[in-house]
Amino acid sequence: MDEASTRETYGKTLVELGRQNRDIVVLDADLSPSTMTSFFAREFPERFFNCGLQEQNMIAIAAGLAASGKTVFASTFAVFVICRCFDQLRLCISQPNLNVKIVATHSGITVGEDGISHQAIEDLALCCALPSFTVVVPADAIEAAEATRVASNNRGPFYIRLSRPKTPIVYHKNYHFTLGKAVTMRQGTDATIMATGIMVAKALEAADVLARQDIDCRVINMHTLKPLDEAAIVKAASETGAIVIAEEHLAQGGLGSRVAQTVAREKPVPMEFVNLGDRYASSGKAEELLQRYGLTARDIEESVKLVIKRK
Amino acid sequence: MLNRSKASLESTPQGNRFNLPTAELKEIAKKLRRHVITMIATAGSGHPGGSLSAADIITALYFKILCHNPENPQWPDRDRFILSKGHAAPILYAALAETGYFPLTELSTLRRLDSRLQGHPDSNFTPGVEMSAGSLGMGLSFAIGVALAARLDSKNYRTYVLLSDGECQEGQTWEAALSATHFKIDNLTTIVDCNGIQLSGWTRDIMNLEPFIEKWQAFGWHTIDIDGHDLNQILSAGQEAEKMKGKPTVIIARTIKGKGVGFMENNVAFHGKAPTWEEAERALKELA
Repeated sequence: MDEASTRETYGKTLVELGRQNRDIVVLDADLSPSTMTSFFAREFPERFFNCGLQEQNMIAIAAGLAASGKTVFASTFAVFVICRCFDQLRLCISQPNLNVKIVATHSGITVGEDGISHQAIEDLALCCALPSFTVVVPADAIEAAEATRVASNNRGPFYIRLSRPKTPIVYHKNYHFTLGKAVTMRQGTDATIMATGIMVAKALEAADVLARQDIDCRVINMHTLKPLDEAAIVKAASETGAIVIAEEHLAQGGLGSRVAQTVAREKPVPMEFVNLGDRYASSGKAEELLQRYGLTARDIEESVKLVIKRK
Repeated sequence: MLNRSKASLESTPQGNRFNLPTAELKEIAKKLRRHVITMIATAGSGHPGGSLSAADIITALYFKILCHNPENPQWPDRDRFILSKGHAAPILYAALAETGYFPLTELSTLRRLDSRLQGHPDSNFTPGVEMSAGSLGMGLSFAIGVALAARLDSKNYRTYVLLSDGECQEGQTWEAALSATHFKIDNLTTIVDCNGIQLSGWTRDIMNLEPFIEKWQAFGWHTIDIDGHDLNQILSAGQEAEKMKGKPTVIIARTIKGKGVGFMENNVAFHGKAPTWEEAERALKELA
């Protein structure tokens, strides 16, 4: 599969949106060369504010701008904006339902060598806990661009989670993203793999391997964690009778927890979970970390076999 | 009760503004203090001390300084007032009710289930409340965002934010202080209600802020040191702040926690405790 950077696409899409809508304002906290808001800063310096190393200040400034009619994109690394600014996200943005788009890069363990201080692995749990937030994890650069456009055109708080490394392209360039509507990437009847972000490509890879063993897997990209596409979950549970969740996140509070709630209420079926469990990771190359912490296509494949046995 | 006829709302080139003489402002401040006592006694909980210390500042803002339109709280050109010290919500609600944002009778619903007057300010529910507040240290940042929006839109409205001295212990306040200077925010007036007391004692004993004025100056701010209960000083400081260009201005308003009610003045206990009805009656007599 070809690869492309979700954050680079984000940066370029912001420029495109900035040309169309002069109410778009972008904030960053000293990381614009990495989050790629630097493209916007170059083209629209008057609408870009580098808030320095002041993430909490940045989030409340974003709220003030949004309360005054601006569409605000605020970017930095996921760990710094979500973990450090939770109270600001809660009281300044979520509760008053303000039009702020948190687009964070360098999420998950694939940040790599910088280690745990830089690895946001609890951000989905935190963001999904905020009542008015929409939470999106694009699977590739094409979806990242689409999600950025959709966030810009829909009022209210968004969290869009992007990665540091390039991500395999899983979509055709004409792909049209629909918020809150899961995408069936591959049909199947023996089990369903629901994945998000970088794990979507790995789920497709696992499904290919399983197909050669006569195991027919459905693969669903749950790009929107909130609001969750419950219909797609119920359909998958009913039609395939087993679900594996794959996400680059801790076991608690992310896609797995959210889907399990729906499954338990609507259509209980066996489930297995591919995630980081309940532990911090470490420094290393992204691919090495994914291997070490159990986030490979092989891990998904094994979970599928396990869940099918439990049917 | 304040005469809320159209005549008291004066039209200016910038918009509408209550423009009352100082003598009348003093009476209004007293009336707002009476509302605070009654509201909190009725609710059975709340923070009287910090509402009473801010009463004169709030009076000067809502009845003299701010261009606002209570009949149209979302009027795009209004001056914005942001109460960062959210626990002083009762004094804000009293001013909003007296200027006509909602009926005075609603004040008695403070803190009740389904009331628009939440325990701390809530911009979703209350007409005239610009920011949901109550977790301290966020208001100055929010106000900077509002002020930046005015600049981007070439709007002339001015933003006002009221902080407590206690909340200047929050690191975010100083992040905001740095950035206001960096972004050359001069369309924002910051006022600190320096009543010297926080929940569990004197600020100097809990987490000393001094030298306070020097801190703001070191962060690049123009500072104005006033008696926060002297309406003339508040008004002239407001004018001075408006004239200052190229840098932010903070008005350090020296106040007395519980001001106006003898047994509450400088009394830590009344930071966050409602008066009993007997105490409330004594307080109201004093404020008559």
